[in-house]
Amino acid sequence: METTLGQNLGDTHHDHGPASGIGRWLFTTNHKDIGTLYLWFSLLMFLTGGTMALLIRAELFQPGLQLVQPEFFNQMTTMHGLIMVFGAVMPAFVGLANWLVPMMIGAPDMALPRMNNWSFWILPFAFAMMISTLFMEGGAPNFGWTFYAPLSTTYAPPSVTFFIFAVHMMGISSIMGAINVIATILNLRAPGMTMMKLPLFVWSWLITAFLLIAVMPVLAGVVTMMLMDIHFGTSFFNAAGGGDPVLFQHVFWFFGHPEVYIMILPAFGIISEIIPTFARKRLFGYASMVYAIASIAILSFLVWAHHMFTVGLPLAGELFFMFATMLIAVPTGVKVFNWVATMFRGSLTFETPMLFALAFVVLFTIGGFSGLMLAIAPADFQYHDTYFVVAHFHYVLVPGAIFSIMAATYFWLPKWTGHMINERMGKIHFWLSFVGVNITFFPMHFVGLAGMPRRIPDYALQFADFNSVASVGAFIFGFSQLLFLYNVIACIRGGARATDRVWEGAHGLEWTLPSPAPYHSFSQPPVVK
Amino acid sequence: MTKRIWLLPWIGFLVSLPAAAAWQVNLSPGHTAIARDIHDLHMIIFWVCVAIGVVVFGVMFWSILHHRKSKGAEAHHFHENTVVEILWTLIPFGILIAMAVPATATLIRMYDSTEADLDVQITGYQWKWRYQYLGQDIDYFSVLSTPREQINNEEEKGEHYLLEVDNPLVLPAGKKVRFLLTSNDVIHSWWVPSFAVKKDAIPGFVNEAWVIPEEPGIYRGQCTELCGKDHGFMPVVVEVKPQEEFDQWLADAKAAAAEQAASAEQEWTLEQLMQRGEQVYNTSCAACHQASGQGVPGAFPALAGSPITTGDIDAHIDIVLHGKAGTAMQAFGSQLNAVDLAAVITFERNAWGNDTGDSVSPQQIAERNQ
Repeated sequence: METTLGQNLGDTHHDHGPASGIGRWLFTTNHKDIGTLYLWFSLLMFLTGGTMALLIRAELFQPGLQLVQPEFFNQMTTMHGLIMVFGAVMPAFVGLANWLVPMMIGAPDMALPRMNNWSFWILPFAFAMMISTLFMEGGAPNFGWTFYAPLSTTYAPPSVTFFIFAVHMMGISSIMGAINVIATILNLRAPGMTMMKLPLFVWSWLITAFLLIAVMPVLAGVVTMMLMDIHFGTSFFNAAGGGDPVLFQHVFWFFGHPEVYIMILPAFGIISEIIPTFARKRLFGYASMVYAIASIAILSFLVWAHHMFTVGLPLAGELFFMFATMLIAVPTGVKVFNWVATMFRGSLTFETPMLFALAFVVLFTIGGFSGLMLAIAPADFQYHDTYFVVAHFHYVLVPGAIFSIMAATYFWLPKWTGHMINERMGKIHFWLSFVGVNITFFPMHFVGLAGMPRRIPDYALQFADFNSVASVGAFIFGFSQLLFLYNVIACIRGGARATDRVWEGAHGLEWTLPSPAPYHSFSQPPVVK
Repeated sequence: MTKRIWLLPWIGFLVSLPAAAAWQVNLSPGHTAIARDIHDLHMIIFWVCVAIGVVVFGVMFWSILHHRKSKGAEAHHFHENTVVEILWTLIPFGILIAMAVPATATLIRMYDSTEADLDVQITGYQWKWRYQYLGQDIDYFSVLSTPREQINNEEEKGEHYLLEVDNPLVLPAGKKVRFLLTSNDVIHSWWVPSFAVKKDAIPGFVNEAWVIPEEPGIYRGQCTELCGKDHGFMPVVVEVKPQEEFDQWLADAKAAAAEQAASAEQEWTLEQLMQRGEQVYNTSCAACHQASGQGVPGAFPALAGSPITTGDIDAHIDIVLHGKAGTAMQAFGSQLNAVDLAAVITFERNAWGNDTGDSVSPQQIAERNQ
């Protein structure tokens, strides 16, 4: 992809730098500033949700109740899930989209900069409200991040109303972010940047944004129905009033399954940028990658009830959702094969972002395998709601989504800050995370198959050994994230000067900008040949 | 040597792995035909995944080892191949169809709950199971029997810690038993891994599942749907007996029920009621209102000094019998017999310094519970 940079040649445009002081961050409409806000917010939430996870693992280190009571344990599992999904993973991807999409398509900024500011600044308030429920009488939400009715309605603590309002705010934020991404990609591409030349990260985010717009209103709908049941005497989910608790699950998972792809599709995009860079070889099967992401997105609307195999679906329903779910393995497999084929006969080097990307491919695939096992409906009767499921979705979310976010951070940080990362520290962080994540989550497959249900604060003695192992792994993984924080701060504060291209094999418009990228990129559109 | 010192803990970990062979890492084959079918499916799909993993990761690690820049590898410049791409779309598709066939067959068998010899209704309550043998007049609750002291680490934990109950579900070996599952409050899920039976118990729904237990023995499982505070403390225990022993158990259980009914007619002293009431309180009430009667602030109200337990006696009886709509307070009128209800209400009115001196008789309960 050859590019010429009109803006660098005889540009007379007066450059506006950032405003000074706190106002820069409160009132900013700059995609880079907002991206930075999103990413820091996400890191803060990641550490908060992680602390809760460590509390959970500390309680589960041994059988018996040691540190917390069951009520509080349930609040921890609930808040951990909500914070990680809505506070850590989703905002991190939006932050990356903000930073990267305009630079990758040759745009000056996001298409809707004021809305961009608003969609970020809703989030701190939403999460402050949600976390404040921990200090309310009756405690925080304690019904799991999936908040099944009627446990989350008739039997919920009073704080559920604050939770509902917080979810509404997060939904508004996500929808506005998604509209912005779509408007930017469809309208602000540089001349010559046709759709089938878009970097895969941009493609994956375009499709993710459509998923967000399709399903966040469904989430808003389901929490509004809860609100009505709790406060206005309706009985959507209350069997005693003629309502249907299973309806809740259908509506929730109609949102929930696309939601899990919202958390993985941008990761596919990131990995598809990083692997070709360090293999020094073009991505294998670009077109099939795009079609695979699109197929996964479409299929994600047709598989929701595989989360509900044990609720008593009719046989035909079980079969339909089993077949549809198994089908997702095909496009997902295509993606993995393409990544491997990209590496094959390349010229590989193993800088920190590449190490995270490689770990992503292997460990995400393991998560995909357990997903395929879970798709087999008869077997799911044994796996459902056990630690096998916990192992499965943590493999796709932690070494999947989270590793991709870390890979992206290490990959683009030199472009953002103008400093190279400290490779040695990056590698130490990688290896500790890699070892920690596997010690934590692999044994969960075993205890799940041996019969340990999820979301329990105490367990029978035969599960004790692997639970201790998992807890040790969790502390290794958790504390090694402080190294990530250190590495990011160190890279912002100094380090070797980064070149414009940064990585030898890097391709794409963002690498044609200086490092650090100027406050306003591409005031004049580059021409993409 | 010193540079490799950090390897030592890992070597130690790897060496210790064979010693860990007793740690269960896989699904048990189970004790019914369906459970074995499911175990077979599980193993087939597992080995399919292993085989795919070996190929994919094999190619990947081959590239990582041999196509690295430090070994002088030059990047080749192919980036598509239609034949290969079609092949690796079609082959997985074929594997999936091959998997779907036996899975479908098993699922169809699992859904055939016809021609049962015995029907048992299973109702989930926060946090216990109720077993009703339909047409047999047998109806009882099954509650965790692990002592609180073991959970709080004040006593050594027993062999079946958290997987033991006061009254297990008793089933005859070799007969087809159909379960009808529902719930009184939130969603629960009834799971016995050895039978491969897991079905949600949902308020307003009646779900079906079935089992033909093969071998007499004791089979243990747990609730698998988050159902509130004590979700981790409502195990499922099934005792399978040979047919003759089962028949004997059935006769004994009916006789015990009749005896229980008779006891409602006799006179009970305050002391007798208090004694029995404390036991009932501990199994049915203490999970929420706590043994101390202090409740959990914000979640479950205190009974000590409460206007209900120290005020109008009929209002107190009514709330215990009928529960309180919109809260976790259950209607115990359909759960406990008249003697237990009279005892527990008497207990609540006199324990923890409530000291009303009131005594409620089983006859009084029977009257209000019409």
